[in-house]
Amino acid sequence: MTDAATSTASQPRANVAGSPPVTASPPGAVAGTALPAPAGAGARSRRRRWWDGVTRLRRDRTLLIMTLPALALLGVFGYAPMLGLVMAFQDYDLYDGFLHSPWVGLANFQQLFTDPGFWHAFWNTLLLFSVQMALFFPVPIALAILLDSLLARRLRSIIQAVVTLPHFFSFVLVVTIFNEVFGGAGLLDTFLRSHGVTSPFDFMTNPGTFKFLVTSQLIWKEGGWSTIVYLAALSAISPALHEAAAVDGAGYWRRLRHITLPGLKGITVLLLILNLGYALTFGFEQMLIQLPAVGSGTAQVITTFSFENGIVAGNYSYGAAAGLFLGVTSVILIVGANKVAHLFGEDGLYRR
Amino acid sequence: MITTEPAQAVPPAPTRPAPRGHVVGKLSARVLATEQRPSWQERPRAATQGAKSGALTVILLVIAIPLYTIVVTSFSTQASINQAGGMVIWPHSLSLAAYQAIVSGGVVGRALLISLGVTAVGTCVSMIVTILAAYGMSRAGSFGHRTILWIMLTTMFFNGGIIPLFLVVSALGGYDQYWALIAPSAVSVFNVIVMRSFFAGTAQDLIDSARIDGADDWRILWRIVLPTSRAVTAVIALFYAVGYWNSWFNIMLFMPSDSAKWPLQMVLYDYLTQNSQMVNSAAAGFQGAVPTLALQMAVVTITIVPVLIVYPFVQKHFTKGVLLGAVKG
Repeated sequence: MTDAATSTASQPRANVAGSPPVTASPPGAVAGTALPAPAGAGARSRRRRWWDGVTRLRRDRTLLIMTLPALALLGVFGYAPMLGLVMAFQDYDLYDGFLHSPWVGLANFQQLFTDPGFWHAFWNTLLLFSVQMALFFPVPIALAILLDSLLARRLRSIIQAVVTLPHFFSFVLVVTIFNEVFGGAGLLDTFLRSHGVTSPFDFMTNPGTFKFLVTSQLIWKEGGWSTIVYLAALSAISPALHEAAAVDGAGYWRRLRHITLPGLKGITVLLLILNLGYALTFGFEQMLIQLPAVGSGTAQVITTFSFENGIVAGNYSYGAAAGLFLGVTSVILIVGANKVAHLFGEDGLYRR
Repeated sequence: MITTEPAQAVPPAPTRPAPRGHVVGKLSARVLATEQRPSWQERPRAATQGAKSGALTVILLVIAIPLYTIVVTSFSTQASINQAGGMVIWPHSLSLAAYQAIVSGGVVGRALLISLGVTAVGTCVSMIVTILAAYGMSRAGSFGHRTILWIMLTTMFFNGGIIPLFLVVSALGGYDQYWALIAPSAVSVFNVIVMRSFFAGTAQDLIDSARIDGADDWRILWRIVLPTSRAVTAVIALFYAVGYWNSWFNIMLFMPSDSAKWPLQMVLYDYLTQNSQMVNSAAAGFQGAVPTLALQMAVVTITIVPVLIVYPFVQKHFTKGVLLGAVKG
């Protein structure tokens, strides 16, 4: 699990039994470790295991060297910032750095949890997340069932290609496209004005409908992409089930209810749970892009709160405290979500 | 040459009599060619068929119309834009002025070059690092590969967040530097794992025989593993490229103010939020010959086009890529 120790651990036992030691090396690798050791010699077998490790290290050193660039990048841009999170317990100063900034204990967190701005962002995150999930989630399922019912294969793959395309657009692009359609001087606005509506409704900047705006952006961008998983699940349903039901006189809707939907249940539950794991961190770019248009009362989520306080306002420690809160709760949510997925008998993001 | 399997086994499409000698008719007959309906399945009623076609048409239009109107407007003349009162749907007169303005330099042309450069360099760096790491961890029983895998996986579940990352990059002198747009996101652990599981599936016989012939790991990777994993390599390269092309927050974080260095996505963001002073000033530089709206839409268009170019290649494979999402330790 944790170290190469797992594969070496079985070897001393094999030695005790008096059989020739089994090296885990693949055929063709240097098998320099096949020296039989006397049975029961504890210290010597430990030394042998050590030598074994050294031999394997020498054998695999090229492989280890190959992983170094990735490890170096992750070390600098992944682990160093993790260590940098100590600043959440400091009053970080740009000139003093991590080493010399004064420690303030939990003061940043005290301030955070008594900050109405933070709680507003927190509840707003949950609100936006639940609206998006409730309205977005059924769309790819319905679309997948619709696409799956098409007998014209080529037509189906063309439609699939078109609906998947926006997944590869950036959120900046998606919001811009929405702006050209719904914004002031956009397509809809122009159309309504030319038909005598004097002050059309501006969907892009109206705080009241913002949750529906971001949801429709999400549906436009990801609705088609998300069908892929469901289409795969649909194609895994045996046609024999449909056939048997049809022979027994079940019509289309009955088959949909009793065969198709149950066939999608597993993957649906899984995706729902996995999405819950990202409830607090979703939609960062999408909200940040639209903050100026609708104002922080509407679009502020915890991630943007951390960014605005930490980077924009320069209050690094405070922003990092919010970031640490996010990181910890996210890990809890993801692990919890996977636990629930395992309870449902699904694999989740990782296996048990 | 990239050899790839077809995305979907398209069954030999039979047969619906096409009007002879008519290209559109032939084409639509090919597109609409259906599979045999299973004998147990009832024929849908006309109303159902109609509702289905209607729904699909609406879905396609919802995606196509915005893209269409943006492209058409970018090619429109000022007269045409005035006539439409904004975004153009029916083009009356077309012109290439906006694109000529972009090609002849200025803010947008420079941003386009920067975007292309960051994407090209970033994709190369990412691919080298990813391929090496994936191969380095791909052999069962090699020294420490599980430890390394866990070190990498941890960063997928927990990270320091934006602010410490910003401070680390700034401390390394990355503020306003192009490498800051590449290095922090150069390794996608997810891609490493996908690639690793493909590499691990390389035929062991091939590797063994190469080793007997005296090849070391570098040569095995270059001569055997990579050539047999072309498809996945190409797909992951394209995913990285799309990622770099689309990345915006990195710019927002690491070079928010130095607009001379901005890639395209940031210029687009600026246009979206700041009422496009940059793009407008770029348009003004051409003696008003270029309609501002056309130039703005040309910026949007050139942001879309590269994605459209690589899309068919990715599209073939992403079904597999998504299903491969299961992370195996």
